[in-house]
Amino acid sequence: MSIAPRKPPLQFALRLKRALGGKTGWNGLAAQIGFAAVLAWIAYEIVANARTNLETQHIASGFGFLNYNAGFDVNQSLIAYNNSDTYWRVFFVGLLNTILVSVIGIVFATVIGFVVALCRLSPNWLLSRIGGIYVEIVRNLPVLFQILFWYLAVLAALPAPRQSISIFGAFFLNNRGLIVPQPVSEPGLYPFLAALAVGIFVALGLRHHARRALFQRGQVIRIWPYLLGCLVGLPLVSMLIFGWPLKFELPQLKGFNFAGGARVIPEFVALTVALSTYTAAFIAEIVRAGVMSVHKGQMEAGSSLGLSRAATLRLIVVPQAMRVIVPPLTSQYLNLTKNSSLAVAIGYPDLVSVFAGTAVSQTGQAIEIIAMTMGVYLLLSLTTSALMSVYGWRINRSMAA
Amino acid sequence: MTDLSASSFVRQDLVAERAAPAKTTGFIGFVRTRLLNSPGNILLTILGLLLAWYIVVPTLKFLLVDAVWTGKERTACLAEKAGHEVGACWPYIQAKLTQLVYGFYPEAQRWRVNLTYGLGAALLLPLLMPRLPAKGINSGLFFFAFPVVAFFLLHGGGIAGFGVSWTAGLLQLFEQSIGGAGDLLVNLSKSSAIAPLPWVLGKVLVLVGLLIHWLIFPLTWLRDQLQLSSLPVWGDFLVTAAIVSAALFVLGGGTRTGHRALIGSLLTFAGIAAGIKLMGLDRGGFPIVDTRLWGGLLVTLVIAITGIVASMPIGIALALGRRSSIPLIRIFSIAFIEFWRGVPLITVLFFATYMLPLFVPGNFAVDGLLRALIGVAIFTGAYMAEVIRGGLAAVARGQAEAASALGLSWWKTTSLIVLPQALRYVIPGIVNSFISLFKDTSLVSIVALFDLLGSLRASFSDPNWSTPTTAFTGFAFAGMIYFVFCFGMSRYSLFVENRLNAHRRH
Repeated sequence: MSIAPRKPPLQFALRLKRALGGKTGWNGLAAQIGFAAVLAWIAYEIVANARTNLETQHIASGFGFLNYNAGFDVNQSLIAYNNSDTYWRVFFVGLLNTILVSVIGIVFATVIGFVVALCRLSPNWLLSRIGGIYVEIVRNLPVLFQILFWYLAVLAALPAPRQSISIFGAFFLNNRGLIVPQPVSEPGLYPFLAALAVGIFVALGLRHHARRALFQRGQVIRIWPYLLGCLVGLPLVSMLIFGWPLKFELPQLKGFNFAGGARVIPEFVALTVALSTYTAAFIAEIVRAGVMSVHKGQMEAGSSLGLSRAATLRLIVVPQAMRVIVPPLTSQYLNLTKNSSLAVAIGYPDLVSVFAGTAVSQTGQAIEIIAMTMGVYLLLSLTTSALMSVYGWRINRSMAA
Repeated sequence: MTDLSASSFVRQDLVAERAAPAKTTGFIGFVRTRLLNSPGNILLTILGLLLAWYIVVPTLKFLLVDAVWTGKERTACLAEKAGHEVGACWPYIQAKLTQLVYGFYPEAQRWRVNLTYGLGAALLLPLLMPRLPAKGINSGLFFFAFPVVAFFLLHGGGIAGFGVSWTAGLLQLFEQSIGGAGDLLVNLSKSSAIAPLPWVLGKVLVLVGLLIHWLIFPLTWLRDQLQLSSLPVWGDFLVTAAIVSAALFVLGGGTRTGHRALIGSLLTFAGIAAGIKLMGLDRGGFPIVDTRLWGGLLVTLVIAITGIVASMPIGIALALGRRSSIPLIRIFSIAFIEFWRGVPLITVLFFATYMLPLFVPGNFAVDGLLRALIGVAIFTGAYMAEVIRGGLAAVARGQAEAASALGLSWWKTTSLIVLPQALRYVIPGIVNSFISLFKDTSLVSIVALFDLLGSLRASFSDPNWSTPTTAFTGFAFAGMIYFVFCFGMSRYSLFVENRLNAHRRH
């Protein structure tokens, strides 16, 4: 009696099972069909209800409203805007204002965050305590609370323009905002910028050359005098030849208000201060954790190789810490951008405030407008997380090599 | 002998004592090593002292020294009246305290709020102490019974039926929706080019609706009979209790092992009956307090606690879905999580306020607080899913493999083996999401709900109390409340984390 081998199951059936139901096979397929039916039912309910409700409220759906006139004013705009422009323009005005406050907030948050982290890491007990207390207080209060605190308490308590607080006689802080000197371009601007660009380009080339010499031939080339010459000397020369690149128009108190200078609206000041100090506390913790994550032996190994403390930090500790710091730091930047939507609470004209706020109440096109607003933020965060995946992948590759 | 001593040197007197090394312990040593050990550090210390001096002294001066403690109205907090520079205006907080804690909740009914706070604290505190026993019953009470009791206590109102009526009502709604969809498709097919497909689908849906109608007929008939009886709630309650207990008895193993399930179910129903009787739900319950009257800390706590309780099941479901091997469920979970995590909470609240009412049937007007709660629950659920996914990943693979080697199904493996361990790992993570949720509740003040921050902002506009320091006083008070809650919880989360990592410490 011979034992005949069993016939293997049909390959195409197995493949079909795998493709349709994943690892769980036909059960998975049944679950998927049931799940899809439930989703379809929910989607149907939503669409049907929305249609009936919109009909009873006499709202026409669609994106046609974007070409209508907005008819309201916006108190800060980076692009030319008046109240007879379309909702499209309102969208871009809001978007640009969001980007503006986010970028400036990110810069300040990074600076404050690194300073606080240095305080916390300092061997000086008092300084590290002060840093710790700052982090604890700021992290445990809601960000909206802080925005309102700066806007309703601190900025409102500032004096009227005539009694402005003057900083170096160039910046004036009062209850109508911050008056800053306005840069006015002079004929020397373009040569200056060109000289700066050339300087940066040459400096980068020099650095590349010096590194190659160091890594391939072990030859140390001192380049910093040339770097200084390129980065500072070239622009200086251009300034000597063509004159000042910029002139700052200083604000002057005339009567009850200021003439000259640019006014930063108080909403912007409050939002930037609150967002950057709030995010700085989180950044400080991230930086501290990153630096502490580098093993002590790395520092010791560096000094046993004869590197100076600064060189050890720069060449050994910081590059390793950065790998830990960058991903959460990016997500904090993203958080700051998302939190900038709280501008709506104090009336800073960001995307949510003018578009999802004023435009919704004027047109009633809630579905379209809120979907567009959410889409912008979603796009931003998905792009960031995609970039971070690429970064993580590169780090992993370089660690494996 | 003498030669020997002469050739070697033997010291005859003691070496002079060296000076003691600089003290590195005690206060002096601490100052020396941590504050003044180098010129740079001395400079930093002086800077730090200056900084502290210019922040701490004015703050204390404002809060305590210059503060006004008694008074009836704003003039008490003006510099002319007080005769000195005025700091915090505490009488303003006294006057607004009820508004900041209860909102406009009617004064005669405030005991209900206090009772809810008390009940919540009595259930939550034992849950937070790892030493105390009976975590299962305790968490069951807190996560399932307490929200229901709190709803009837805070909102008021009674019930007209029980399990049978509710199930029948829900199933009827479902049946009508299916039937409606079928009719719509059949109608659509009349005016469409691809007529047969929608027509067939529509007819199938109508048939399914009809089938459901006949299937649930016994239930609806029972409901109608119960509603006609003299005690509809209690009749319904008894029938529900009997059906559920019998079902649990059978599912629990019948006469062999079903007694445990039966006793548990009967005890639960006895508890529910006691609750209904105590709150008089069958006779209309407490007077209804509209949610528009709620405010202050009450709204903050209601949103935070409902958000965390509701986000747990959402988060668990999404986390399991994201790890599922079924493609459609996995893709849906990933999309859902990433979508809600990618948008700011305020747009979610706008979505819940403006869009959600459009998505439900027109006669179903959604309460303002409920809308915000739905938005917060979805948003927190997405974040919670990521927290719980971390916990699921931390459970060793062998655990699930051992379970399936024992022959447990996926559901049993997940609910008995994996989830209990995963949830224990993520307690610190859950507490941290609760902290950020507690802070984020302040955003509901933007969609016209008066939480602590919203009530505070509203109280600023009271002309009776408008003084130069009102805003600072209000922010100082609210800030202290937020800080105490958040800081306390973050310390608790650290404590749990240390406890969980106790075996790793050396």
